[in-house]
Amino acid sequence: MYPAAFEYHAPTSVRDALGLLGSLEDAKILAGGHSLVPMMKLRLAQPKHVIDLRKVPGLTGIKEEGSTIVLGAMATHWDVESSPILKAKAPVVAETAAVIGDPAVRNKGTIGGSLAHADPAADMPATAIALGFELVCEGPKGRRTVKADDWFQGLMSTALGEDELLVEVRVPVWPAGSGACYMKFPHPASRFAVVGVCAAVTLDKNGACTRAGVGVTGAGTKAVRARGVEAGLAGKRLDAAAIEAAAQKAAEGVDVQADLQGSVEYKAHLCRVFARRAIEAAVKRAQG
Amino acid sequence: MKLPVTMTINGQSYSHEVEPRLLLVHHIRETVGLTGTHVGCDTSQCGACTILMNGQAVKACTLFAVQADGAQITTIEGMAKNGELHPIQQGFWEKHGLQCGFCTPGMIMAAAQMLERYPRPTEEQIRHQLEGNLCRCTGYHNIVKAIQWAAEHMAAGK
Repeated sequence: MYPAAFEYHAPTSVRDALGLLGSLEDAKILAGGHSLVPMMKLRLAQPKHVIDLRKVPGLTGIKEEGSTIVLGAMATHWDVESSPILKAKAPVVAETAAVIGDPAVRNKGTIGGSLAHADPAADMPATAIALGFELVCEGPKGRRTVKADDWFQGLMSTALGEDELLVEVRVPVWPAGSGACYMKFPHPASRFAVVGVCAAVTLDKNGACTRAGVGVTGAGTKAVRARGVEAGLAGKRLDAAAIEAAAQKAAEGVDVQADLQGSVEYKAHLCRVFARRAIEAAVKRAQG
Repeated sequence: MKLPVTMTINGQSYSHEVEPRLLLVHHIRETVGLTGTHVGCDTSQCGACTILMNGQAVKACTLFAVQADGAQITTIEGMAKNGELHPIQQGFWEKHGLQCGFCTPGMIMAAAQMLERYPRPTEEQIRHQLEGNLCRCTGYHNIVKAIQWAAEHMAAGK
């Protein structure tokens, strides 16, 4: 047997799950298990206790609440990819989910698990930042909401407290005249993002950009907002020259890491190229 | 501490007591004794261990057996009915969709879900949907043809 021994718990309510999380030493939450189980197989993770959420009701489902789409944290990537609500109201979220891992991974992996794990090369963090997701955590003191900007704090580290569960992901629907696109340079074997960029723009009737959101994943230790790119887009008519100029700022503020996939220079270059491509596609969509 | 698990595999119910750390693929292969489901990479990338769990293709190496308690499972051994190959199996036969054959059970199970979701897939769709299944013989071209053959015959059979 590959993983180290552990005790398995399958609570049937959020309250019971939080109780276990608060009382057990060295416990890990198991959602879809497609980040945790591979790490346990390699014994990179050896928790003493595993708390499986599969029997906890109320953590799945995707529904509309006014101008927000509410996703249960246990919604799988396939649920997200195939959601008619997301396809209609926030298609970039469904599209981002559709390029995570592979179909079998998407059948089990969950949006909440992925965001809580915060792999630096995960796809959804870029889209979470670009669109402005909100993440709802439940703990012993009740619920609180964290903005995607404040969520990713470092390599596989988030704002989630040790005694908290991520229970809900809230996706804001951008107004008419908006468009968004996620593009990545996938690692050829794992399909993880070597670099991934999500760009979202809103254009007014004269074609000027009234709002822009750009998130970058893969290149650094955590996904970040590309503020320089957003500033470069704001208020401008987004022709090729304006997009190119804004995209030049895509690696600013990213702690680009050199690794087997490429040097710092190469990955910074990819940030700029994929920012340009994602913005171009987002603008085309916003123009309808 | 061992825990009781019961699951239905290819229509037959199996109850065992297992350690929580036992992976589903090892449960299927070593406890239940169905060795058609293969273990290829150990890193959740190759898809040789793909099975259907509650109708969805999953990597049996990336689940604990305890997570499958109460599940309905289909493995490659459950595809042929009454001695007749499933159209996807037949497609692999007709189009020479395998060389060494190690990846084939996973390819067939992944294809089963693919054709349920996309009954008439384009070649591009087939290749995208097979991203989680690696063939070290690199025989992808005939695997795509085999799935196209199966799609045509399954559509004609409906």
